[in-house]
Amino acid sequence: MEVKPPIPQIPPPVWREFKDLQEWEKYHQARPQDDKTSNALASIADAIHHMPGGWIVTTSTEKIFNWARKSSIWPVTFGLACCAIEMMATFASRFDVERFGMVPWASPRHSDLMIVSGTVTIKMAPMLKRIYDQMPDPKWVVSMGSCANSGGPFRHGYHVVKGVDRVVPVDVYVPGCPPTPDSLMYGLLKLQAQVDEFQKTGRRPTAAEPGGA
Amino acid sequence: MDAVADGGLTVAVPRERWQELGRFAKQALGCAYFNWLSAVDWKDQGLEVLCRVENLDTNVALTMRTRLGAGETRCPTLTQLYRGADWMERECYDMFGIVFEGHPDLRRILLSEDWEGYPLRKDYAVDTPFAPYR
Repeated sequence: MEVKPPIPQIPPPVWREFKDLQEWEKYHQARPQDDKTSNALASIADAIHHMPGGWIVTTSTEKIFNWARKSSIWPVTFGLACCAIEMMATFASRFDVERFGMVPWASPRHSDLMIVSGTVTIKMAPMLKRIYDQMPDPKWVVSMGSCANSGGPFRHGYHVVKGVDRVVPVDVYVPGCPPTPDSLMYGLLKLQAQVDEFQKTGRRPTAAEPGGA
Repeated sequence: MDAVADGGLTVAVPRERWQELGRFAKQALGCAYFNWLSAVDWKDQGLEVLCRVENLDTNVALTMRTRLGAGETRCPTLTQLYRGADWMERECYDMFGIVFEGHPDLRRILLSEDWEGYPLRKDYAVDTPFAPYR
């Protein structure tokens, strides 16, 4: 009838000891916001556009670029909840979005699209933001399912972000709980139509224009 | 003390005899399996800690409960008796803010470390906006 001695102290988690991760976060937050390369390209394109007959060149190059962009949208493999199962089904051979040039890619550095498939918790939101920040411009976000759109059934819970558009800008919202692969594919086709209208200005097409969701 | 439909017993004790009851359950009843530990917020009457231990050989199950009293958040720990109580008590601290005295490593387990408040308490404002998301 005696109490055992207390359990030895559990060591602190590893991420606490990584001081350089916080350091990295500071550098990451303080990074320059504008992309120098694309700004230079934009000014060159602007100069060509104002030369006589130059608009033919710039317009057709924009068309070619947008065709290339929309035909090779690589979504980052990023699944959060049960919607990810439907997303995987969409990527798999039956629905096969690879015929649209979409290859699920396991690195945000090479990806153009983030499909937020599932519930975004408050604890997950910083990681989601970081992955979004790691993707190169131009980048797009598809919000998939009720949870990512608005919080869904967990909207009045204490731990859920009430819509992923409070964390990252969203281009296409796909409703459903979870959306079927057909729904997601329709959303991805809407996204392709939107990418087709992509302008260097970063202006998104309005609802009246083609590609406006 | 009252019997429950599934054959288990429920025993309510004051907070001071919580560890004593746990010791009795483990050593006299042989309830070596620590099933779960949770809490109930009875608003004005304060918090109540519940835990269930079982003897898997003899099918004896015991539900222990203790009322902490209004405004009281301290409770003795069971980690010296049951190692399984470690994370359960951390979760209970995370969600209800119950401080288990004598716990070796009492910090948040599910929520982030900078979380404010204890979400499973009845007075927690659920729809509080939680921006910005870094």
